[in-house]
Amino acid sequence: MVSKDPICFYLVEPKTGTVREKGHHLEGKSVAGKVLIFPSGKASSAVQMDGLVKLLLNKNAPSAMIVTDVEPVLVGSAVLTKIPLVDRLERDPFENISTGDYVKVDADRGIVTVAKT
Amino acid sequence: MLKGEYGEGTQNAMELLVAIGEAFDAEKMIPVTRAHAASSGQEGDLYFVEMLARGGAFCKIPTTTNPIADFEYFQKVINIADEHEEASVAWKTKDYYRQIGAVMSWSCIPYLAENIPQFGEHVAFSESSATPYVNSVIGALTNRESIQTALAAGVIGETPEYGLHLKENRKGTVLVKVEANLKDGYSYSLLGQYVGKKVGYDIPVFVGIPKRPTIDQYINLCAMLNVTGAIPMFHILGVTVEAKTEQEAFAGNAPKDKITVTDHELRQTHEELQTATGAIDAVILGCPHYNLDQMAEVAKLLRGKKLRDGVSFWVNTSATTKLLAERAGHVSVIEESGAHVITDTCIDMFCWNNLREKTGMTDSPKCAYYRRFGPVKVGTVEECVAASVEKGE
Repeated sequence: MVSKDPICFYLVEPKTGTVREKGHHLEGKSVAGKVLIFPSGKASSAVQMDGLVKLLLNKNAPSAMIVTDVEPVLVGSAVLTKIPLVDRLERDPFENISTGDYVKVDADRGIVTVAKT
Repeated sequence: MLKGEYGEGTQNAMELLVAIGEAFDAEKMIPVTRAHAASSGQEGDLYFVEMLARGGAFCKIPTTTNPIADFEYFQKVINIADEHEEASVAWKTKDYYRQIGAVMSWSCIPYLAENIPQFGEHVAFSESSATPYVNSVIGALTNRESIQTALAAGVIGETPEYGLHLKENRKGTVLVKVEANLKDGYSYSLLGQYVGKKVGYDIPVFVGIPKRPTIDQYINLCAMLNVTGAIPMFHILGVTVEAKTEQEAFAGNAPKDKITVTDHELRQTHEELQTATGAIDAVILGCPHYNLDQMAEVAKLLRGKKLRDGVSFWVNTSATTKLLAERAGHVSVIEESGAHVITDTCIDMFCWNNLREKTGMTDSPKCAYYRRFGPVKVGTVEECVAASVEKGE
């Protein structure tokens, strides 16, 4: 699933995984179990992690995250929630991945495989 | 430390810092001399501070905490039964911060009183307004930390050397020409809201801000830049400490982008924030916490006035500020109008749940953004007071 907008996971409904931020590119869509492609994290330095933990506790967290601009708050939250996060891909993920594609992320080796739908 | 010879808590803290260092290709760890953990009192916060505290970790450098909630006060004034789960998470979290030896400031403006970095000091400060404030206004050096990375740095006394700890990464990248009339604190909130969204995660350099902003104007700008965007630092040309000249602000490079902000953009930003019409039921001020000047301002506006029936009015501040505001008489003036002065509390806490269905008003777009109300109006502090008090005799 591709989001043109940066994401604050605190503004995602933990019980459904649905983005509730007004005017967000993914507003009303669920991130649960998805490989999320988005520019970067944003907003609160405090509750980004709370947002991800709440999603995780409700089994609605994204399965992996691919970003173009890595940002410390998101990295710290990804490390602690053990949600794979990759950045600095050789090819622009926004040009090569569309919502609905099957995406495999190997964060340890930094390899992303895409199967077009 | 990584092998656990200093205990498991220290090991966990170090593991997180090493992972961050690896993600950002840091070459080494450097000492930091103070930290601010933007404690939230929620699940993610509890998870990490509990892990460190139970593992025997203890803060090595002064490490302040963000507001959670003054639960006892709320119990006295409103009915907040049936919120036990969130309350118990918050309580446990507060207790673990005590165990780990944090300075329990419970304030989101610790850089004004409880934990003040010096120019050139390397620190680890999380919290929306705190990160840009200490980088830009004070000229201390911090990355945009999360609660967890700031707390880990507080325990270890070190942070990976990357990002804003390196001078070459502190230069401005985007030029923001301000042609708008910045007349009050609220217009700085709108400026931050607009520029944060527009610029995303660069370092803006503001030109055209006519005079040095006041402390509360700075705080509003800092908070909003880091809410709609992820902006840990900015410059104001000729004003802030690392931007005396254009050469210094941009380190000789051309800005990669230029934007202009006029009254039109601020008015539009203001209009986009409004989701309510008609009479309001509640006002929340102090997100971020009000400083002493703002306490004086709201006291002046409320002096001799009474809140309309059915309106509740809440002013959030730090315990340190409240003490001084009490001595100055501001607190009694505010309370005589029927309003509450709250310390240690974040607007984003369960204790405000009774306002969820109400029509609210605030001077803070950040408070509106995290949606503690139903429909909301956002405006200046004068407008918030005017909407809440009985019409004058």
